[in-house]
Amino acid sequence: MRIKNLLAAAAAAALLAGTAQAADMTGITDTTIKIGNTNPYSGPASVYSTIGKTISAYFKMVNEMGGIQGRQIDFISLDDGYSPPRTVEQVRKLVEQEEVALLFQTLGTPTNSAIHRYVNSKKVPHLFVATGASKWGQPEKYPWTMGFQPTYDVEGEIYAKYVLENVENPKIAILFQNDDYGKDYRDGFLRGLGDKADELVVSQLPYEVTDPTVDSQIVAMKDSGANVFFNITIPKFAAQAIRKSCEIGWKPTHLLNNVSSSVGATLTPAGLDCSKGLITAIYLKDPVDPQWQDDAGYKEWVGFMEKHMPGADMTDVNYAYGYNVSKLMHITLDGCKDLSREGIMACAANLKDIELPMVLPGILVNTAADDFYPIQAEQLSQFDGERWVAFGGIIDASK
Amino acid sequence: MMRPNPVTPRLLIGFGAAIVFAAILPHLVSDFTSFQFTLAMSYGIALLGLNILTGYNGQFSIGHSAFYAVGAYTAAILLYHFEWNHYATLPVAALVAFVVGFLFGLPALRLEGLYLALATFAFAVATPQLLKFDAFEHWTGGVQGLFVPKPEPLIGGLSADQSLYYVALAIMVLLMGVAWCLLHSRSGRAIMAIRDNPIAASTMGINTALYKTTVFGISAMYTGIAGALSVFVTEFVAPDAFNFFLAVNLLIGSVVGGIVSIPGVIFGGLFLVFVPNFAQDISRAYPFVPPPWAIFGILLILAIYFVPFGVWGAVERVSARWKRKSAAGR
Repeated sequence: MRIKNLLAAAAAAALLAGTAQAADMTGITDTTIKIGNTNPYSGPASVYSTIGKTISAYFKMVNEMGGIQGRQIDFISLDDGYSPPRTVEQVRKLVEQEEVALLFQTLGTPTNSAIHRYVNSKKVPHLFVATGASKWGQPEKYPWTMGFQPTYDVEGEIYAKYVLENVENPKIAILFQNDDYGKDYRDGFLRGLGDKADELVVSQLPYEVTDPTVDSQIVAMKDSGANVFFNITIPKFAAQAIRKSCEIGWKPTHLLNNVSSSVGATLTPAGLDCSKGLITAIYLKDPVDPQWQDDAGYKEWVGFMEKHMPGADMTDVNYAYGYNVSKLMHITLDGCKDLSREGIMACAANLKDIELPMVLPGILVNTAADDFYPIQAEQLSQFDGERWVAFGGIIDASK
Repeated sequence: MMRPNPVTPRLLIGFGAAIVFAAILPHLVSDFTSFQFTLAMSYGIALLGLNILTGYNGQFSIGHSAFYAVGAYTAAILLYHFEWNHYATLPVAALVAFVVGFLFGLPALRLEGLYLALATFAFAVATPQLLKFDAFEHWTGGVQGLFVPKPEPLIGGLSADQSLYYVALAIMVLLMGVAWCLLHSRSGRAIMAIRDNPIAASTMGINTALYKTTVFGISAMYTGIAGALSVFVTEFVAPDAFNFFLAVNLLIGSVVGGIVSIPGVIFGGLFLVFVPNFAQDISRAYPFVPPPWAIFGILLILAIYFVPFGVWGAVERVSARWKRKSAAGR
């Protein structure tokens, strides 16, 4: 009897395995969807852990409201401390032990790089990763990985378009951080300038994160006669660059990368007077900007924050980021008939004109089988001495 | 506790049993768990290096993450740029780490105790930045690191994870044996004499300078081999993997396992891999427990309180007491 039962069980298992091969339904049951995530809850990048917490709170809210397609979301978010080997371990745990249906918003460029090939060889959807690098949108090579936010190089292209259209006789100086982040921005910018890049760029100077200041670079750039300054620096150096160019009386069209656009972290230390006239590109609604007070998306976000994340610091833009990306995941799964891994990936690659509550009006999420960059538009803003004021229309780098 | 672990029949039986258990383990657990054990063994080998240096020779290092990185990057660069065979990179990683450790040990000779610890600390802090440094970027891959595939299974029928587990096990057992032989030799006695009383040791004619530098090199070599193995396991190197936190972790593993012991490194390695995961699991399962690293801290304090000489220290004490008791009963 026993052996017969065993055989029957084995046959059933084989059958199940057969169907599983046809459509990989790992992590999906009639009542649950298992989603995996890694976030730096500890370590040097733990400032971003607010994103992981926001996503957890979001799915908790979704579950209280009945889940997605009647299924409860089992969101498993593990700490990788921003350490790539830890990410490998935690992601293998999520995929092989927890058997999640998909990975969502794994955070960090080096950390995602560490698992990029693994998740693609395992054919696990690796969706809306939290990094601005440009390598997450390569559907031919990595059909299971997709980015989310505008990439650094897309932002660079947007500045290039602005310069070409608005500055007469541009002579451009570029200051960039000497790593992948800096080079992504610079390369996108140069691509945006097109064939004329060599002529237009008169000075290109790098700095190291370990340098004490960028003063000498600024002086050299002024001497080069540039009238456009593309400032690709993190907040500490951005503040130095703004201050120094102000002190030595160099007043170019000053393009500041979005990374350092924080008023509190960059512009206040640099001096708000010196910061007047700076230009940056943004795609999120700034939570402290009063113009959104009556905006429906802003109100939706505030409602969520007050109810599900009481006591959180509402000026932290990462909460808005986390809410946006959770909503996008929610929309993707909600409209997806086929919840197999292939099906989910196909749905993620077929998003059309989706508005997100804390993304600037007019910037829509669009993906396609050959377009794995969900958000590719930004809007330029100028600093008026107090806050960023948007101007011009939405600039879509994909068009 | 002052001498390296003496060999008794009981120890040999225990060791044999442990080997048999370790040999069948990958067939009892999932590939993922095998992978975790391989990671633990890679840490264990690094701890072996730290134990020889700190436990037996009395030199302090809070910078062993740097030697781990040296080994890891040596292997990764040979694999990525020159497409070497995985296992051929191991001796090179060992050699490079030894040379770096030996050279680092030269000026460090003038430094004692805390000062040496600070010098190694500086090395640990500088390493991730050096790896991102522009001039080396072509080789190191900069911030993005390098991706290297896992070695193919050595024997058909084994998965890549299982095969790697056996490789790590063989290397660890071999290196434990080498460490044991070293510490039980004339040189080993000299190494410990320097720890216990450097002045007396040099009076006895021991070249303390040469010994200390060489031990530093050997320690770095062990840690470098561990680093190279870790690349095979995680298939990736990036500067952020070798930060100061790793250096502290290695010290923790060393102390928890038993810093003056050879077998203790196994427990130290297991602690480093499994305890943070355990802390995270229980923190996730029960909302009223504190966050994972607080639990890790509590477990660490408990470990230090209950087994102050490390896990292996406790094993030795219990067995010594048991021996005394049975001798008294006779």
